Amino acid sequence: MKKQAQHIVPPAERANLDLDSGKYLVMWQGPNHPGITGNMSLRLVIEGDTVVDCETHVGYLHRGFEKLMERRLWMQNFPLVCRIAVPEPDFNEYCYAAALEELAGIQIPDKAVWLRTLSLEMIRLASFLMWIGGQAGAFGHGTIGQWTVTMRDYVLDLFEELTGGRIYHMFIIPGGVRGDVPPGFLKHVLETMDIIQKNLDDVELVMFHNVVYKMRAQGLGYIPPDWIDHYGITGPNARAAGVTRDLRKDLGYLAYPRLDFQPITGTVSDAYERSRLRLAEMYQSIDLIRQIVANMPSDGPFREKLPNPLYWKIPAGETYVAAECTRGEYGFYVVSDGSDKPRRVAVRGPSYTHAVSVMERLVRGVNIADVAGLMVSLHTYPPEVER
Amino acid sequence: MIKLATELAARYGSRGWHNQRPDLASVQIDLSRLHDALAWLKDNMGYTHLSFMTAIDNIERGVFTLTYTLRNHAWNDGKGHSLMIHADVDRSKPEVDSIHRLWGQAWTYQREMKEWYGIDFPGSPRVDEEFVLEGWEGPPMMRRDFDSLAYSDATYAERPGRVSHDPETYMKEKLYPEAEA
Repeated sequence: MKKQAQHIVPPAERANLDLDSGKYLVMWQGPNHPGITGNMSLRLVIEGDTVVDCETHVGYLHRGFEKLMERRLWMQNFPLVCRIAVPEPDFNEYCYAAALEELAGIQIPDKAVWLRTLSLEMIRLASFLMWIGGQAGAFGHGTIGQWTVTMRDYVLDLFEELTGGRIYHMFIIPGGVRGDVPPGFLKHVLETMDIIQKNLDDVELVMFHNVVYKMRAQGLGYIPPDWIDHYGITGPNARAAGVTRDLRKDLGYLAYPRLDFQPITGTVSDAYERSRLRLAEMYQSIDLIRQIVANMPSDGPFREKLPNPLYWKIPAGETYVAAECTRGEYGFYVVSDGSDKPRRVAVRGPSYTHAVSVMERLVRGVNIADVAGLMVSLHTYPPEVER
Repeated sequence: MIKLATELAARYGSRGWHNQRPDLASVQIDLSRLHDALAWLKDNMGYTHLSFMTAIDNIERGVFTLTYTLRNHAWNDGKGHSLMIHADVDRSKPEVDSIHRLWGQAWTYQREMKEWYGIDFPGSPRVDEEFVLEGWEGPPMMRRDFDSLAYSDATYAERPGRVSHDPETYMKEKLYPEAEA
């Protein structure tokens, strides 16, 4: 029997529950739990099988990055910034580097513009490949994760070839990038994209036509369009609700204005629609990577000469540089007082609202077995909440 | 943008409008008119998206400078425009009107600022609850006068087996002992 997807909007106000009545059970999901994304936890109040209240608890990964950055030289912060969102370090590197360049008045060479765009699209694909494994796994479909984590590893192989690092690359630095492409690298990129595209075709067949996945994900975690601005929702979570916003297109940074693509939007705005949209964005990333390889200049400088990093002072000023990461608006607010260290660096991660305000409200009324699937469908990374 | 800057100044006494980029500007507003200005920008001028809120400890001037970054997605045919609103709050009595009724995620930022800077937002949901610093008993850690080394020395026990060296002296002793002689 086909389940009819229902779009239920949870109430804005928390219910006043008598936890001593014996009617409710308080249960912690996380910080160590297979159904949690990263090291965070949800304090759930359960009535029968249904969640009636939720509080997001973060802090397990707080490392004081923003405080540490105020006491280090501008360049010394690079090993810190990439660790703020582990599966996507390159967005941190780009936002921080671009902010410094803007404040210091540095223009980067065209080759660096293309290499940065390539790096960001490769990590977008890698991050989505890891995410889709988690999304399928949360609904008991472990095979998908085994396939896509392998595909992600192929992308990490490419990063190792390009930068020397698999997880943290520190490839995007102020003034450009750390190095040019090694011989044969672009050929490897195209070969890997062919392999991943074929695998995604299999994922689409096995996961998105699976009746269990459809029955459990359709109707789950419906985000009404009027929540988008109210909660500051961005990225695929907003686009699945029909909102055509993509900072790659809107801000037109790096080489994106020279690439042929359009933001992908949905209509239904539930967990199934969000996963479908992210799958489409994976195909889009593969297409963009192929476009970048085809259009990137083969020679030219890839880095501007910088002052000695040990004595580099950045003129006083402030800026906010944002980019479209896999989860939405990712940004760095950087303030300089003219010295050799930042006065303030604040990181805007999309999980800040998706994992706390949105998650706490969306989970009300959800079956306990679907909490993990709902959470993964929002694609949250706790480190960017805690910094 | 000139029209917006002029109208914001006329209505709410804003000053120091600065265009950082064609799609990014900043402006200063008095704390007492901050909430109304934010509501007006949201309801009437299309700045419907709150990107983030944060604070800067300007200890030299005795103030925390709050930063509210709003975005108008529709401006310039969908290219968008971001506006950073700054407001100074007295460091000795940091209390600010809550904006949790304007944006649904604002309470989380306000809870963070209470914990990290000690800035209070009366009426904001769960503003007194711990956010990321579980069991923290020290002063707000993002304040410039918070001495993290002194706090660490006073709070945590010394772990035996760890020795600190002056790098210059240590290298000389280990690598070039004959130079010492």
